[in-house]
This record gives sequence, C-alpha cells and structure tokens, in this order.
Amino acid sequence: MTTAINNLDTYFDAFTEFEKRAAGQNLPWLRRLRAQAFGRFCETGFPTTHDEDWRFTNVSAIARTPFQLAPQVAPQLAKSDLPLLSGAAARLVFVNGHLARDLSTLSERIHISSLREEFAHSPDAVRGHLGQYLDVRRDPFCALNTAFAEDGAYVHVRRGLAVEEPVHLVFISVAGEQPTMSHPRNLLVFEDESEATVVEEYISIGTGAVLCNSATELIAGENTTIAHYMIEREHGDAYNVSTLRIQQGRSANVASHSLLLGGGLVRNNVHPVLAGEGGECLINGLFVGNGREHLDNFMHVEHASPHCSSRQFYNGILDGHAHGVFHGRIVVHKDAQKTDAKQTNRNLLLSDDAQIDTKPQLEIYADDVKCTHGATIGQIEENALFYLQSRGIDEASARRLLLLAFASECVERMKAGSARTHVEHLIHEYLLSLEHLPGQKSERGDMVRSLEEVG
Amino acid sequence: MSLLEIKNLHVTVAGHEILKGIDLTINPGEVHSIMGPNGSGKSTLAQVLARREAYHVTDGQVLFNGKDLLAMKPEEAACEGVFLAFQYPVEIPGISNTYFLRSALNAVRKYRGLDEMDAMDFLPMFREKLKLLEMDEKLMNRSVNEGFSGGEKKRNEILQMAVLEPRLAILDETDSGLDIDALRIVAKGVTAMRNAERGMLVVTHYQRLLNYIVPDFVHVLVDGRIVRSGGAELALELEEKGYGWIESQAGQTAPASA
Repeated sequence: MTTAINNLDTYFDAFTEFEKRAAGQNLPWLRRLRAQAFGRFCETGFPTTHDEDWRFTNVSAIARTPFQLAPQVAPQLAKSDLPLLSGAAARLVFVNGHLARDLSTLSERIHISSLREEFAHSPDAVRGHLGQYLDVRRDPFCALNTAFAEDGAYVHVRRGLAVEEPVHLVFISVAGEQPTMSHPRNLLVFEDESEATVVEEYISIGTGAVLCNSATELIAGENTTIAHYMIEREHGDAYNVSTLRIQQGRSANVASHSLLLGGGLVRNNVHPVLAGEGGECLINGLFVGNGREHLDNFMHVEHASPHCSSRQFYNGILDGHAHGVFHGRIVVHKDAQKTDAKQTNRNLLLSDDAQIDTKPQLEIYADDVKCTHGATIGQIEENALFYLQSRGIDEASARRLLLLAFASECVERMKAGSARTHVEHLIHEYLLSLEHLPGQKSERGDMVRSLEEVG
Repeated sequence: MSLLEIKNLHVTVAGHEILKGIDLTINPGEVHSIMGPNGSGKSTLAQVLARREAYHVTDGQVLFNGKDLLAMKPEEAACEGVFLAFQYPVEIPGISNTYFLRSALNAVRKYRGLDEMDAMDFLPMFREKLKLLEMDEKLMNRSVNEGFSGGEKKRNEILQMAVLEPRLAILDETDSGLDIDALRIVAKGVTAMRNAERGMLVVTHYQRLLNYIVPDFVHVLVDGRIVRSGGAELALELEEKGYGWIESQAGQTAPASA
C-alpha cells in the first residue's frame, strides 16, 4: 500500500530510545499496544498519493524530514502565550506533547488529568478504552501516535453530570533548531447521560518544522450530549495531523466542530462510529487557507446501528495558492437500517490559484437508508458585493463581510456559549488578517460565475 | 448647481449599446420619473448611476454635485449621496439586516467626517424608520432579505434609503410586483423623504406608483434615448395610450444612429 519509510532509521532509533524511558512501560498491555502499533507503522510506512485515503494529500515532506521527539523538558512559556477561552471549566496545556502543570487549571467537578498521570496512578481506568477504537491498521499516523502515546488529556465525566462550561485543551508546538514531533494522545470518556463540551486547540510558536500528530478517542455513552471542538491554527512550517475517533452509544448526540485556520500541511480526520441505535452526529467544519497551505479534511462516518442520523457540513475558504480537500466517506453497515446521512461541502475560492478537491464516497450495505451529498465551488458573488458597496461599504470590507457571512453558516451550527464565542472571535480575527482580500481578481467577469454543482 | 447632470451618456453592456446619448438634469428638490417599455435601458441608467462596473460608459459625462460621478466606485457614489433602491434586492445569508445597515450608515458617516453611531444612538432612529415603513423589528435580526417576501424586500430598500438619507434617490422599478397595500407603504416612505434638497429619479414601467409619488418631470425612454419629456400628465397619457403610441412616434422622428 505504501513505500518504504524514508527515515525509517530515525523512527526506529526514536522508538528504541522511547521504549527505554517512556512513562507506563512497566505496564505490559501498554508496552504491547505501543510495540504492535510501531510494528504496523514499520510495515506500511507513510502513505502516498496512491493510497485512496491520501489521494489529494502528499505527505512526503513529513516523511523526508528527520523529526526528533520533542524533549521532555519543555521550553518555558508565559501565560500570555496561551490562547484564552474565558469561561472554561478547566484548562490543560501541553507543550510539545508534555503536560505543563503550571499553565493548567483543573476542575473539581470533572476528572481531568494527563495520560501520563493515569499510567502512573490508575492505569486500569484508561486501559479499557485506550487504543480500543483508533484504527492503527488503516492509518499509519494513528499507528505512529499509538506507538509514541505517552501523554495527553484524560477527561472523564461521570454518569448524569452536565457540565456547561467547556474543557479547554491546549497543545503548543514550540519549534526548535531541529525538526521536532509530538504525538498527543487524548482520551475523553463521557458516561451515560452526561453532557459536556471539550475544546482542543492546536497552535505553534516560533518558526521551523514541527509535526503535531494527535489522536483523540472520544467515548460518548448512552444518551449523552457532547460537543467537541477542534481548533487548529498553526504556522506555515507546521504539520498537523489530527484524528478524532468518536464512539457513540445509544441515543448519544455528538457534535464535532472543526476550525482549521492555517498550517503548512493539515490533515483533519474525523471518524465517528454510530454504534448504538438512535444516535445523532453533527460533523461541522470551516477551513480557511492562504499562501501555500494545504488543508485536508477526511471524514469517515460509520453508521453501524439503525435509526441514526449524521449531518456533515464543511465550508472552505481558499485564497492564494492554498489547497483544500474535503473527502467525505459515509459507510452504512448492513444492519444500519433507517440511516439518515447527509453531507454538504461548500467552497469559496478567492484566487485563481487556490484549489479544492472535494470527494463524496458512499458505501451502503443496508437497503432502507437515506443518504445525500452535495458540493459547491464558487467565488464571492458579484451581486452581493455590489449591493453592499452601493450602500457605502468599501470593497475590502464588503468582501470581508461576505466571508464572515459564509463562515457564520458554520458558527450558527454551534450551540451558544463560551466555546462558540471563542471560535467566532478567532474566525473574525483571522478573516480580518487575510491579505489578498481586495480586488485580487483581475477580470471582473470571472466573479460573476455562480455556484457550480460538482458532486 | 444641479444635483445631477447627465450629458450625452452612451453605455454598452457586453458589447451592445444600451444607452445611446442620454441628457438629463435633476435639480435639488425635483422628482423625475423615467418611464419606458421593457429593454429600453431604464435599469441600465439606474445601475450606471450607482456605478455598477459591468456597464461600460463609452461616451458622455455625469456630474453629481459638480463631481465626476463616473470616476467613482459604487461605495464612493453611495457616500457622496447616491442611493439605488434595487429592482431585485440581493439576499445575503449570514449578515443581519441591522448589522448591515449600521455598517453602511457608519461607512457613509465616516466618509462625511461624522462620528460613528453606536447601537444606543442607532436604535431609536432605526425604530422610527421601521415604523414609517410598517416593518417588524424581528425581521431586522434576520439575514439581509433572506426569506423576505417581494413586498418586504422592496420596503427594506426604502428603509435603507430612509436610514442613509441620500441626496439622490434612484428607485428602480420599486413598484413592480407590489400589491396595493405594499405600494402605498412604499410610496408613503418615499414621499416622507421628499424635501427641497433631495432629488429623486423614479424608474418605472407603470404609471400606478406615480399616483402616489407625483413627479415634477416625466421622461420617456425608448431604445436608449429619451424621446419625450413632460410633466406628470405625460405619465397619464402614456397609461392611456400605451408605449406603442410613443414608440411609433419615436420611430418616425428619431435620427439614424450615428
């Protein structure tokens, strides 16, 4: 399926070193989990564009770079370096994959700790879930993450508890002289009938190559109401691969919101499995690319039980030479009758050189299902632009307003609260910072083109 | 000084000449109506004055308050005081009416060297205008024109005009598709804005609106030229005899195209 790893030696050395000193190596099950995952990674290597799941995203730049595991002694950061989510119930900050205790604040109501602490103090609590859901066989990055899984967030919300304020998980990659990598591994467990919001936010500081390859296993028990936010805003030398694997129980209602605001190469995997009857899943996202950024959204929605519904809505805004990808796979298993799955991907291209690949992929093995998909690609509508200008709003502001309006479709699917406010603020700031907004079109005629059906 | 002075205006759209030499002067306080059959160039004239760039001016001059209007971008024209009530108002999902209107008002105020208006000052004024147009405030929290009925859209245009208080108001077929109640409300809003400083250009296909907004001058546009001008009574004559009458007259008297 893939070619040999360009830097196999680098990873082999790193893993050998890691095995000697990693937290939790005293736990046989964990040792085995890591070794098996690393073995799998060695078998497959990094994916290539010949691999269907990676057709539009070339990761050879990651494969070529000799990333070293980020040192355990993390660089010192001030609180002002951190993104602030006001109204959060708790905050965990990870610097290069390691918990920064002094930057974190805990909550008494929810069990929040780091994976490393759990390995040391109550490994049995995580054993039942860790690695149970993530697909290391299919995805080499998940295998790599599992091989190096040592730290990350552990959030456990007990049965029946409703926590309104979000839990904020911050992951900071600090670039060093050498290319460094981190593999944060998060485990979010929500017992039956609980309600919670978790915000994962990935940022990078400094310039230079960093790879943040995170993986989150989210277990939503029966009748839970869970919102998960993935906010990714890294710099142009940063590689960010993240995987969110959601396991939904009966009648669980999960919303996954992704916000990708830049990064050299970003791959956002969202993989919910509707395992119990009557589950509902909203997969909502906005990606905004500029310069030479590459933003890939890979959705894999699995309907494994009857009477479940899933809704995918992804909006993309691409400027400069940015390349966006939306790959939406929906798999409906044989017994998942009365499945109702919908997928919509809408894109705005702001320049002639921006590019979007959008691909729906339906695999349906049940016979009584409703599955729809659609995609559009368009430019800023000239009519709307003229309307705003004719009221006195200058062209650049009018364009920004229209972009904000396009982005707000995604924001409106988020429940009102501090997480949404945080996201709204980030989108606003980011769109204001886009450089190529005014008059990037040489020919006015190009912009008259309306939305075009592509899928 | 005239408010608007159009001299020998020639305009092409996608290679076709639509306006073939328009001359028109509007003084402060005057209401002019442009009438004409479909395809005569009425809307083109309105859009050119609002500075839509798809329309290409090949000859002529337009002065607005003595300034070269044709050198202005749409937003400059708007800030200088030109307002176009659209024939087909545009829906903009994701931007609320209130936010849009306040942004527009503040853009115009900024251009004129006035302070921005905050929500506290804006709301009372806005509510008053809403009342004038008999519009529900709830509608204003919705996206611009999204899900509005035809009548609501047209009333929304006049509402925007009432808030922005232009020097020259251009109404492009604001009456088309309105029932009599909506028409009365729209006309009431427009009439309330008539004053000694403001000029108006009412573009319409039908005479009906002019019963409510009685113009000082009526011009008949046929095939890109003003073929006849007169007072309000010309509109009535047109209503009675139809455009065919004037078109055949125009055909006899119009000079061959240069």
